[in-house]
Amino acid sequence: MTEVLVHPSELPTRNRALATVLRSRELAVGLVLVALVAVTTIVSPSFLFDGEGWRNLLVTPSILILLAIGQTAVIVTRNVDLSVGSTLGLTAYLTGQVFIAYPSLPYPIVFFIGLAFGGMLGVVNGVLVAVFKVPALVITLGTLYIFRGIFLQWAGKDRVYASDLPDSFLALGNGQVLTIPVLTVGALVVLAVVGYYAHTARGGRELYAIGSDPDAARLYGLAVNRRVIGAFILCGALAGLAGVFYAARYGTVSSGAGRNMELEAVAAAVIGGVAIFGGSGTVWGAAIGAVLLETIGRALPRLGIDDFWQRAVVGALIIGAVVLDRLLTLRQERTLAAAREES
Amino acid sequence: MKRNPQRLAALASLALAATLGFSACGSDDDNGGGGGDGGSDAIVFLPKNLGNPYFDASTTGGERAADEFGGSIEEVGPDEPTAELQVPFIDTAAQQGVGALVVSANDPSALCDSLNQARDAGVKVVTFDSDVEADCRDLFVSQADAAGIAKAQVDLIAEQIDGNGEVAILSAAANATNQNEWIALMEEELAANYPDIELVDTVYGDDDDQKSFDQTEALLSQYPDLEGIISPTTVGISAAARYLSESDAKGEVALTGLGTPNQMREYVENGTVEAFALWNPEELGYLAAYTAHALASGEIEGDEGDTFEAGDLGEYTVGADGVVLLGEPYVFDKSNINDFDF
Repeated sequence: MTEVLVHPSELPTRNRALATVLRSRELAVGLVLVALVAVTTIVSPSFLFDGEGWRNLLVTPSILILLAIGQTAVIVTRNVDLSVGSTLGLTAYLTGQVFIAYPSLPYPIVFFIGLAFGGMLGVVNGVLVAVFKVPALVITLGTLYIFRGIFLQWAGKDRVYASDLPDSFLALGNGQVLTIPVLTVGALVVLAVVGYYAHTARGGRELYAIGSDPDAARLYGLAVNRRVIGAFILCGALAGLAGVFYAARYGTVSSGAGRNMELEAVAAAVIGGVAIFGGSGTVWGAAIGAVLLETIGRALPRLGIDDFWQRAVVGALIIGAVVLDRLLTLRQERTLAAAREES
Repeated sequence: MKRNPQRLAALASLALAATLGFSACGSDDDNGGGGGDGGSDAIVFLPKNLGNPYFDASTTGGERAADEFGGSIEEVGPDEPTAELQVPFIDTAAQQGVGALVVSANDPSALCDSLNQARDAGVKVVTFDSDVEADCRDLFVSQADAAGIAKAQVDLIAEQIDGNGEVAILSAAANATNQNEWIALMEEELAANYPDIELVDTVYGDDDDQKSFDQTEALLSQYPDLEGIISPTTVGISAAARYLSESDAKGEVALTGLGTPNQMREYVENGTVEAFALWNPEELGYLAAYTAHALASGEIEGDEGDTFEAGDLGEYTVGADGVVLLGEPYVFDKSNINDFDF
């Protein structure tokens, strides 16, 4: 046993993988999610078994999943991006305006416009944070207001209405492929690509190295600035894509779109096991956290729990997740220390 | 990237400039108010801002009224809906000595000094849509009163569900004063006139599209026998309509409330929503023009109880605090929704 703790790589690969999965935060959060869905379905079977309930269960989290993936990439580098809600709103409105200006535009193009525009806003954040060495919390708090201000100035009292958007685009918001909503498929593809990159690619691993110890990463010769800017661009681009999803799903975009979603994105990542001080956590966990958050929002009213309690439940989850993390880390440190003594 | 921060900074500023560029689009304004020739027939319309379809409609109504009584309407206004920008237009109208000024105020008190100076110069001041304090205008043409708004929505839902069944209300924020006043009046109206309609729940969408959308879903699943939803907020009604339009409940669960034709057009045309209410800005402008004309020509003094004729709309009486009430909210449905653009 002590051998295993001190030299985990001596375990057979399969056992090691199994142990990692069993000990992972992703599994814990996933189990909470499954339990929540199960309880809600027992009380109100249409939550899962009705065609519409199934669709909503899958499609509602797709926007937050995108935000949580981007947010994770940034948090892992020991930064944070608070401007994603404003980026989402601004891009959603831009999407509507693009369709108003060019009604015959083939709609898939707006997804690229959303990615590019969001990425551009991400460049602003990334450059300010990486080049000018200002804390991301402050910079992105500033850009949160700047982007929202630009949005308010541009949109004013106007909105984008469902009738401004092409039917084929709106149909995407609720369209399904083999009962899986299209938007969910989109979010899962992004999740798979980013998750694979972060887990295996050099660039992905460097994000973790930077977040674990930025000074060490710099001394080691990693391109810290480039990686951090890259993470912000990814985060902005995904927030932009989320804005296009928002327009497709809700059909109406007013200047309040995406307000407070940055906090939900951070909450999803934290609940999913992403350490707020960087260096650990996975996009899979953040995505499960996002699904859990959105599902709580839909499940509690069905369980007859007052709407005002929902926020308290979300808060308890965040604190619970962080406390659990801390306890597990302490326990593991003690076990490891004891094992090292013995060997 | 470290080797070339300037390029990135340039790209960043380009991105910002591009977004700012979008926001700079706006309509041409008509600074200085143009050449009104004064006299009691000349009426100046000063909406909150130009290029706003809602006020385009009210000015159209005002012009129609002016054609009928033989006066002239001139529309002036700022690009941005702020009170400071309205002041120069008020001063210009006062100097020109026009008969009356019809204003939708961007602030209840900031315009008072200017408006009172204009009144001292003999200009009659009528506010519409958005009032100023009662001592700085002659009359206020109000679009609707709370009781009328509540009754119109209850009547609409009752008609759509044949006066029988469960209904719920999707409101804005739980602490929104006007919403809560309407909800209380709707409850009274339901209790008094529709004993077979049961109000099962009131939920709050916080005037947020997403939250209103999720609340609609929750209502439908929590109350399988729900017959109708009333949403007395423009954000709520369009989010609920978007949800219903993609749901099995489309056409089964009635939806009504307060909405604008542009946001509801899609859902009225595809059969999700039968009818909803709001005041008609064209009628509002029409009545405001007649009110201004009645004051400027000396037909009325603006005291409580004064009556005057307002063309097609019939006779109006000045109420307490110098308020002229347009009347019941206007009902929009498939037959008339395409006549409006706001």
